[in-house]
Amino acid sequence: MANASLPTTALKEGDTANSAVQRAFGVSGTASFIGIAVLAAVALLSAISGEAGLPVSGIFASLLDWAPLLGVESSLSDQQESILFQIRLPRLVLGMLVGGSLAVAGASYQGVFRNPLADPYLLGVSAGAGFGAVLALGFGLDLGWGPFDTVPAAAFLGALVAVLASMAIARGGGASPATLLLGGVAMAALFSAAQTYAIQQLDENRAREVLSWLFGQLNTTGWKEIWLLLPYVAVCGTLLFIHRRHLDVLRVGDDEARSLGLDPVRSRLTVIVAASLLTAAAVSVSGLIAFVGLVVPHIVRLLISHSYRVIVPLSALAGAAFLAFVDIGARTLLPGKELPVGILTAFVGAPFFALVLWRDRWSTS
Amino acid sequence: MSTTGLLEARPSGPALSCEGVRVSFRDIEVVCGVNLDLGPGEWLGIIGPNGAGKSTLLRSIVGLTNFLGTVALGDGSAPGAADVALVPQFPVLPKGMTVAEYVLLGRTAHLGWLARESQSDRQIVSSVLHRLELSAFADRFVSTLSGGEAQQVVVARALAQQCPVLLLDEPTSALDVGHQVSVLELVDDLRHTEGLSVLAAMHDLSAAGRFADRLILIDHGRIVAQGAPAEVLNADLLSAVYGTPLTVQPIDGELVVLPASRRQEKEPS
Repeated sequence: MANASLPTTALKEGDTANSAVQRAFGVSGTASFIGIAVLAAVALLSAISGEAGLPVSGIFASLLDWAPLLGVESSLSDQQESILFQIRLPRLVLGMLVGGSLAVAGASYQGVFRNPLADPYLLGVSAGAGFGAVLALGFGLDLGWGPFDTVPAAAFLGALVAVLASMAIARGGGASPATLLLGGVAMAALFSAAQTYAIQQLDENRAREVLSWLFGQLNTTGWKEIWLLLPYVAVCGTLLFIHRRHLDVLRVGDDEARSLGLDPVRSRLTVIVAASLLTAAAVSVSGLIAFVGLVVPHIVRLLISHSYRVIVPLSALAGAAFLAFVDIGARTLLPGKELPVGILTAFVGAPFFALVLWRDRWSTS
Repeated sequence: MSTTGLLEARPSGPALSCEGVRVSFRDIEVVCGVNLDLGPGEWLGIIGPNGAGKSTLLRSIVGLTNFLGTVALGDGSAPGAADVALVPQFPVLPKGMTVAEYVLLGRTAHLGWLARESQSDRQIVSSVLHRLELSAFADRFVSTLSGGEAQQVVVARALAQQCPVLLLDEPTSALDVGHQVSVLELVDDLRHTEGLSVLAAMHDLSAAGRFADRLILIDHGRIVAQGAPAEVLNADLLSAVYGTPLTVQPIDGELVVLPASRRQEKEPS
C-alpha cells in the first residue's frame, strides 16, 4: 500500500469528512437510478394497460424485433402491433415528454422567481394558449402550416404573445422578478377574459370542443405530436439543464450573484425564454395540464435536495413518470370513455399539494 | 490534504488599485474621487462613519455599482469574480441550501459553459471547509447556522473563489465580540498562509487598528486621512469625523478607541 506510512486515524478522519462533504453536495446517484427505474415501471404498466390486453413478453419481443442483429421475432399479431406502436407507445412517450417538460419548466420558474408557488403557466402561457386555441377552434382561423395543425399552432402563438407581453410590461418596470410576475398576472387576466368572452360567442358544440381541449388531454395521432414537441424539448431542455446551477446562484440575490461572476439578468432571461417556449410547445399539443409543473419540483425538493442542480434533472424524470402514470388512469378508469388527464392531475395534485404545504410550510426564500 | 497553496503564484506590484473612483446616485456624489493601492498580502482597513461611502467603494470594485475612474488589478486588467471576492455585510443564506452547496457557489466564475462542477471544484470546496475546520458542517443547512458559523461559511465561499484579493464589508457587524475577533483572526490567518490581500470596511475602530497594516479614513466620500493605524487613529481627527468626542488609549500595546465620556457624548454637537 502506497499510503502505509500515513497514520491510519488521520486517513479515516479525512475520509469521513470527505464523504460528509460529498453527501452535502446533495448529488444522489441513487435518486436518479430510482427515478429511471420508476419511469421504466410506469412505461411498462402503461403499455400493458387498456382494453386490448397486450402480453408483457409480446411487448418485449416486439421491441427487440426492432433492434438489429438480435433475431428476435415479435409474437404479437398485426393488430396488437399497431395498438402498441401507433396508439399506446406514442401516447406514453407524449405523456412523458409533456410531463417532463412541464416539471422542468416549473422548477426553472420557481428558481428564477424565487417563489415556491411559481408554475409554468405563471406568465400567462395558459391563458394565451387557451385564447389562441379558442380563436382557431371556434372561429375557424386557418393557422395550419406544413406539419402544424391549426389548434397547436394557434395555442403556441397565443402563449408566446402572452409571455412576450408580460415581459414587455416588466421591462418597462426594470425586469425584476416581482415586476415580471405582476406583468404575468395582468396578461393572464386579460387573456382569460378574452378567452371567456370568445367561448361565450361560440355555439354549444364548438364550445364543448374548446373546453375539452382546455382541460388537457394526451390525444395522439400516431407519432406526429411527438415530432412537433421534440425539437423544443431538445433545445429548451438542454438550455435549462445547463442553467440549473445558475438557479442556485440566483438564490443568494442579484448582487451576490453578480459578485460571484454571474450575470443575473441574462441568466434569468435565458431561463424564462427557454421555460416559456417549452411550456408553450407542451400546451400546444396537450392543452392545459394542471399541477405537474407546480407539484413535481416540490416533491423532488422535499424528498431529495433543495439544490436546482438536482431538482431540474430529477424533475424531468419525476414529471415524466407522474404524467404517464396519471394518464393510465385517464385511459382506463372509465370503461369506454376517457377522462381529461388535466382534471386527474388536478385531482391527484391538489390534495398532495395541500399536504406538502401543511407539512413543510416552505416559505419564499 | 494541503492547507496552503489554494492560490496560484501571482506577480508582484499592487494587488489592486483604484484611481479617481467616483460614484453618484442621481445627482448626489457618494464616493468623490478615491485613490488607493492595495499591496500584495496587505490588509488595508477602510474606516469612517455610516454613510461615508465605504460599502459603495467596495461595491464599485466588484462591479455592483456604476462608477467613474478606474479599478485595476496588478496587471492593469479590470477585476472579475475570479480576482476579487466579496464578503457582504448581510449575506443571503437561502433556506434548504447545505454548507457545501453554498461554498460551491464560490466556484461559479470557474465553471465551464456546461456549468458542471468538476471533481476539482468539489475538491477545492472540501479543502476550504477542511481549512476552516467546517468539514463537520458540510451537510448542515446554512439557514440553521449561528451568526458566527454563518460568517465563517461566507468567508469559506469567498475563499473557494480562489481570488488573490478579499473584500470584506463590515464582516463582523452582526457578531458578538468573541466571534468578531475569531472571524477577523481567521481572515488574518488566511492572509498569511494563503497570501491574500485584504481590503476591509470596518466599523470597529479598535479592531481596525489591531488587524490592518494601513488605514484609510473616509468621510463624505473623500479620503481624509491614511497611513499606519497609529497615525490615523488620532483622537482629534476621529472626533471631528465621527462628530462625537473620542479618545484613543494604548492598552497592552494596542490602540483602543472609546467614547470620551458618556456625558460629553450626549451633549448636542
